Amino acid sequence: MTEKLITIKDVHKEYKVENGDNVNALNGVTLDIDKNEFVCVVGPSGCGKTTLLNIIAGLETYDSGKVTMHGQPIVGPGPDRGVIFQQYALFPWMTVRKNIEYGLKFIRKPRNVESIDESGNKTVTTVLERYDTKEKHDLANRYIKMVNLTGFENSFPKALSGGMKQRVAIARGYALNSEVLLMDEPFGALDAQTRAQLQEDLLKTWETEKKTIFFITHDVDEAVLLATRVVIMSARPGQIKEIVDIDLPYPRTQATKLDPVFMKHKNYIWETVYKMYLEIPK
Amino acid sequence: MPAPVQDSQLKKKARKLKDFSDGTARTRYILMAISIIGGFALWFLITLIPTINTFLASPKQVWNALLSESAANGRYFKDISISLQRVLIGFGLAFVCSIPVSFLMGWYPKVRNLVEPWIQFMRTIPPIALIPLVILAMGLGESPKYTIIFVAAFLVMVVTIYQGVKEVDKTLVKAAYTFGASDKDLFFDIVIPASFPYILVGARLGMAASLTTLIAAELTGTTFGLGARIQGAQQFMDTSIVLLGIITIGIIGFVLDKILLLIEKKLTTWK
Repeated sequence: MTEKLITIKDVHKEYKVENGDNVNALNGVTLDIDKNEFVCVVGPSGCGKTTLLNIIAGLETYDSGKVTMHGQPIVGPGPDRGVIFQQYALFPWMTVRKNIEYGLKFIRKPRNVESIDESGNKTVTTVLERYDTKEKHDLANRYIKMVNLTGFENSFPKALSGGMKQRVAIARGYALNSEVLLMDEPFGALDAQTRAQLQEDLLKTWETEKKTIFFITHDVDEAVLLATRVVIMSARPGQIKEIVDIDLPYPRTQATKLDPVFMKHKNYIWETVYKMYLEIPK
Repeated sequence: MPAPVQDSQLKKKARKLKDFSDGTARTRYILMAISIIGGFALWFLITLIPTINTFLASPKQVWNALLSESAANGRYFKDISISLQRVLIGFGLAFVCSIPVSFLMGWYPKVRNLVEPWIQFMRTIPPIALIPLVILAMGLGESPKYTIIFVAAFLVMVVTIYQGVKEVDKTLVKAAYTFGASDKDLFFDIVIPASFPYILVGARLGMAASLTTLIAAELTGTTFGLGARIQGAQQFMDTSIVLLGIITIGIIGFVLDKILLLIEKKLTTWK
């Protein structure tokens, strides 16, 4: 039985652009995201994918509709929703380790405290505590190891390649232990080989450390390879056009791309997206 | 049938991409040496012309001036230390004041809108124009000198540093928010370190401004200081002393800038 984690209901959002026109970025978007699902969103540029991600992240507001997580409305950003940006967003003055530890600075982890009152009754209360230095250090080590960056703990981001930087960002996202990872075209700026490898790494981590991932891409191959469901959005106004279930078993690797089922989905989604692209006045 | 083209001919004909690099260290040093020696030679040669020598002292005359000024009863080192003190105090005060002002301007749009028109207006006024007012207000002591240098350095540094605060990478701000950082965390953990390089660039520009205003500052009536010495020597048409003062200020500026550059390199290894 799947459990609904995020509910997006009839969300509308308009922008005012510089010449005074209103752009309808999202026009009645409704989507449920289940726990541990891997949702990929594809669509032509300007379809509001990033706006939707920012709304879930709490980085942007919306005009009408409802966005909830665990039934609670999302009112701002928070560490329960980690975001991974295309531009990595690493702090250049912090080493790899410090970048990962910085994300942990604001997290409160629950700890059960037992106490016995005068009449001898045991009560368990949960208190929220910050991570201490040692815990942060150990967690950082663990996730640096997970993304294969052992040996680069004390490097500054400028010394790393684009792929390595994005690994650090992913490690940071995982270390937060957020329930949801929101990824905004995270591999968009990387070369084909690095991208293929990071896709496989991400699949492996997702299969072992279950998480809910909301992943935006313009690469249909990538969407079909990663996702349990691919959401196709259309532009102007931004709407969900179709949702395709990807019935390919995990574990998936680059070899999955040769599977006829993969091809079928890929061709279908590509045609749908490209048709919409051609319809956009340019 | 055309004659076969030789390899060497091809090499000559091949169009190479324009080289925008600094060249190798060796050629750089050789050219630097040529430039310095050539400059002195040119200076020496033109001062052989008597009409030019009346207003431009020769290298030898400047050297003699250096010897007499720095002799036991000379005033060279006193001039240097007084000028240096003025520059460093004026600059230091400007540095300390410009940081809070530029952070307030960068962080609060309302402060920026209130303060910026005045900063931009003042920036176009040469500090030398303020001298009469400053003398009337402060008399002839050391404070008018500090004030003139302070104004020049402060304006340059505020403009540079607040641009840095304003232009903090917005993705980093977003990332910090998603971790759960408050506005206070954002300011201390992200904005300050991110604008650090701008603070150092601002300091270098401010230092240059302080030195260029030094002469103007020493117009406010003083007997000691490099600027005062240059003006005094001008009245006696002693161009060797004038040139000595100019060269000294140049060297001081060069050394101070190199020191700041070194600090910049040390503090922003991550850049």
